Amino acid sequence: MNRPAFIYDAVRTPRGKGKKDGSLHEVKPVDLFAGLLKGLQEKHDLDTARVDDVIMGCVSPAGEQGMNVAKIAPMVAGWDESVCGMQLDRYCASALEAVGMGVTKVMAGWEDLVVAGGLESMSRVKMGSIGTPWAEDPATSIKTGFLPQGIGADLIATLEGFSREDVDAFALGSQKKAAKAQESGYFDKSIIPVKDANGLTILEKDEFIKPDSTMEGLAGLKPSFELPGKMGFDNVALAKYPQLAEINHVHHAGNSSGIVDGASAVLIGSEAIGKDLGLTPRGRVLTVNVVGTEPTIMLTGPIPATKKALKTVGMTLDQIDLFEVNEAFAAVPMKFQKDMNVPLEKINVNGGAIAMGHPLGATGAVILGTLLDELERTGGKYGLITLCAGAGIGIAGIIERL
Amino acid sequence: MGEFTYQKDTQDIVTITMDMTGPVNAMNEEFVELMDGTMDRLEKEKEEIAGVIITSAKDIFFAGGDLNKIISFQKGQEKMIFDSIERTKSYLRRLELLGKPVVAAINGAALGGGCEIGLACHYRIAINDKKTQIGMPEATLGLLPGAGGIVRTVRMLGLGNALSFLMEGKKLRPQKALAAGLINELAEDENDMFEKAKVWIKANPSPVQPWDAKGYKFPGGDADDPMVKQILQIAPGMLYQKTRGLMPAPETVLAVAAESLRVDMDTALRIESRGFTKLSVTPVAKNLITTFFFQMNKLNQGESRPKDVGKNTVRKVGILGAGMMGQGLAYVTAKAGIEVLLKDVTIEAADKGKAYSEKLLSKAVKRGWMDEEKKSRVLSLIKPTIKDEDLEGCDLIIEAVFENMDLKHKVIKGTEPFLAKDGVYASNTSTLPITQLAKASNIPENFIGLHFFSPVDKMPLVEIITGEKTSETTLAKGFDFVQQIKKVPIVVNDSRGFFTSRVFATFIDEGCRMVKEGVDPVLVDAMGRMAGMPVGPLTIHDEVAQELTLKIAETNKELDEKLGDDFASGNPLTYELSKLFVKEYGRGGKAHGGGWYEYKEDGSKAIWPKVYELFHMPEVELPKQDMIDRILFRQIIESVKCFEENVLEAVSDANIGSVMGIGFPPYTGGVLQYINTYGVKAFVKRSMALAQKYGARFNPPELLLKKAEKNEWFE
Repeated sequence: MNRPAFIYDAVRTPRGKGKKDGSLHEVKPVDLFAGLLKGLQEKHDLDTARVDDVIMGCVSPAGEQGMNVAKIAPMVAGWDESVCGMQLDRYCASALEAVGMGVTKVMAGWEDLVVAGGLESMSRVKMGSIGTPWAEDPATSIKTGFLPQGIGADLIATLEGFSREDVDAFALGSQKKAAKAQESGYFDKSIIPVKDANGLTILEKDEFIKPDSTMEGLAGLKPSFELPGKMGFDNVALAKYPQLAEINHVHHAGNSSGIVDGASAVLIGSEAIGKDLGLTPRGRVLTVNVVGTEPTIMLTGPIPATKKALKTVGMTLDQIDLFEVNEAFAAVPMKFQKDMNVPLEKINVNGGAIAMGHPLGATGAVILGTLLDELERTGGKYGLITLCAGAGIGIAGIIERL
Repeated sequence: MGEFTYQKDTQDIVTITMDMTGPVNAMNEEFVELMDGTMDRLEKEKEEIAGVIITSAKDIFFAGGDLNKIISFQKGQEKMIFDSIERTKSYLRRLELLGKPVVAAINGAALGGGCEIGLACHYRIAINDKKTQIGMPEATLGLLPGAGGIVRTVRMLGLGNALSFLMEGKKLRPQKALAAGLINELAEDENDMFEKAKVWIKANPSPVQPWDAKGYKFPGGDADDPMVKQILQIAPGMLYQKTRGLMPAPETVLAVAAESLRVDMDTALRIESRGFTKLSVTPVAKNLITTFFFQMNKLNQGESRPKDVGKNTVRKVGILGAGMMGQGLAYVTAKAGIEVLLKDVTIEAADKGKAYSEKLLSKAVKRGWMDEEKKSRVLSLIKPTIKDEDLEGCDLIIEAVFENMDLKHKVIKGTEPFLAKDGVYASNTSTLPITQLAKASNIPENFIGLHFFSPVDKMPLVEIITGEKTSETTLAKGFDFVQQIKKVPIVVNDSRGFFTSRVFATFIDEGCRMVKEGVDPVLVDAMGRMAGMPVGPLTIHDEVAQELTLKIAETNKELDEKLGDDFASGNPLTYELSKLFVKEYGRGGKAHGGGWYEYKEDGSKAIWPKVYELFHMPEVELPKQDMIDRILFRQIIESVKCFEENVLEAVSDANIGSVMGIGFPPYTGGVLQYINTYGVKAFVKRSMALAQKYGARFNPPELLLKKAEKNEWFE
């Protein structure tokens, strides 16, 4: 029998707009993650020599966030040299995968205390800038039927009959929920402000939220994937979905996840080390599961992943109090809601990546944190986190609040 | 309140003449206020103006930041500091984004903030004269150019070029600044400067800074360029070799410059402000500003020079002894345009002494620092001789013969008669008391010590020693001469070992002690370097030579007997070990076949194995901080004693003398400033702890206890 692995904390940086005028653009990725680690350490007066490993998701691990920054950041943060570090890339599933890996290691008794999370400075290391044969090697692209993710999202919307108005309405909901949650201070306890070397605050709240969004405003935005679609990728998609006459390009910057900079960290440990260090368990990760799905539509993974997760722990959907379904594109959580028949009031109750942004490699642990906070706030017990990811990967994890 | 006058000429060119309160224009609150009005007006009247010329009503174009203010910055005030520097630099950003040509007309020194104002202009013209200097020396004062200096030079010159002078805080003459690309054009005088500025404005009606232009690329490549990557990788190592991590300013300059490659202009400027803020509250910045700005100014202005004596210029100098010191003295003296008689006992020796100057001058010509004409002019000033009579009419004689009292007495007696009336007779001794030497003189009031350091042409310091009878006039003349040859004078009263040699001896002695206690000699030297000394105590002992330290110790013993002192007992181990090395093992030092180290032909060295056999005890393990503190505290306590005994009278002399003369770590601001920063009480406490553990030599002197009690600083 495996020993339990507890979540002792789940923290994150605020998310900054991922452009050069974003507040976190001036912060180097290594400093962004190091600052979060430092904040986590200070919050718990943590003896970092007790931390075995730092596992960090990152989708563009190159240049300034390249070559295993998961080891370098703890060094910058002044953590003990005995702390290890690894960086992993499972696209947008990276941070939740990092958590899963940390949990399994602790459960197996191989490690006692692990920090798992993610880092993505999208303003400094551009999405896709590290290159990939999937998109850039024609033979590979042709063989695998590559197409831009957003076309997959538009494909979902078309197949499901989500109109532009439907997806915009979902996006607006995300903004309103996020704005309200931020205003109510629901995020405060887990956000560690980003500071400079002088201790001056650079950013303390998610800055991407647009509380004044309106349906009219959203209606005015231009579809982002129409052009690549019309240039040919629509045909690549339609070859797999011949039942459709055409693809309805409904996604745009306002109903897709925001490009942001951010980092996340979850402190996972055994029961014994928690007692030793005076840490109070906040929750438990019951399972993290991955699936591969049809790669052209690409973004439907959350549904089978969720089913797999529930099956793994022998739970039913109605036992889950709250869901975090990553808002990569509005159609993704909408399809999840529809297929799984989960009440919308249980999904992304405090908004999601459309409002607050999606720092690719960090998001899984960001939303795990917001979910745990919300379970604590509302008295819920079980929560499920799921994300779609590149090439049809889906990931889902179930947590239990303690 | 000063003003920035705003004058529009008939061609619609506005000349802004900076004329702030006080002797110089500086970056302070008044600057912000004046810039606020100036920029508002320029932006408002933009459509009616053809261009802007920025110049100065003062003798200098613009000085840097307000160091009086900066030195007062404390931890906890970071927000205020950051906001203030952000505000200051915002005006410069507005200036370069004005949309109309802006020319800096640099009529005098443009250092620090002055240089940064220039960089924010679209074009820079400097008058090519002696008073004009361009550069950003902030790093030498523990700061960084915070008003866009780093960001703009990196964008203007490329990372490598920018770093080469930012990190060392180089100041350039106009021609060199032009060659470096810091300015665009030279002017002969003010008229020429304004004319050229107007010509440029007319030719460039709407200039855009390169970095604000579309398609801008970093000269020399951005952060992903392979050559730039090489610089970024190697620079920290090269810097560490120089500073051993003890100097935060060049590190931060490097970091800010590198980061500025990764982001847009405005973000880069903000990163620079954060770097400035961080440095401005460091103790190192306070130390460097205190000692190398405020105290250096005091020193240069003659704090230790008698006030009532008029300025004196030396025209003819006799130098006795053409050995290592004599030949260097001849060089620096002739280079300052002073006639030199270089005397030795054989003409071959005297000629050889002159040849040294020829060698140095040829090197300068070869490197393009000097022309042939100047070289021959300097050389023609040096006359080798063997005759005392040739010294006739010298207004200064400096003896640099072997360190032996009797010999020196003989030389003084033989040559003093040829000294010009009211001339000064100086001894370049490092050990022998001036008062004793002056006993051979008929005019002891004209006798003084001028202690130069080896190699004379490189070492900036001269320790001036007044004997019992040395007159104020003689001291003033000695002081003026040191400044005439462009060296830095500190003034001390006669004492055994004066100030610098006395303190320096404790450095070597403490190294010897640690070895004797069984510490690994490699570690002893390493801790010397970690403390920030240029080399470890054993290495320097070898350089100085065990033969010499033995000789000095013996001389001091003799003097002790003669004078009834017990000075030689101060550093017993240096004596004991030097004697052992020289007498027992024939190891007289690096130049004598080896000392602590064996020196191999390929230039490498290794500890002489016998040292381990004689002293090393592997079980002895001292805390590293103890070793570092021993090395520093020993020298500091000796300096305090010098202060207590009135050997030193000015704090500036102690601080500057210790750094420039004996290599005391610059980041500390010198021996006495170290105590200020450490905290006098804390220093006393630590001294007592060291005394308890390692011996009474660490006991804090009375003066220090008093200061601690009254919570007084050394200032």
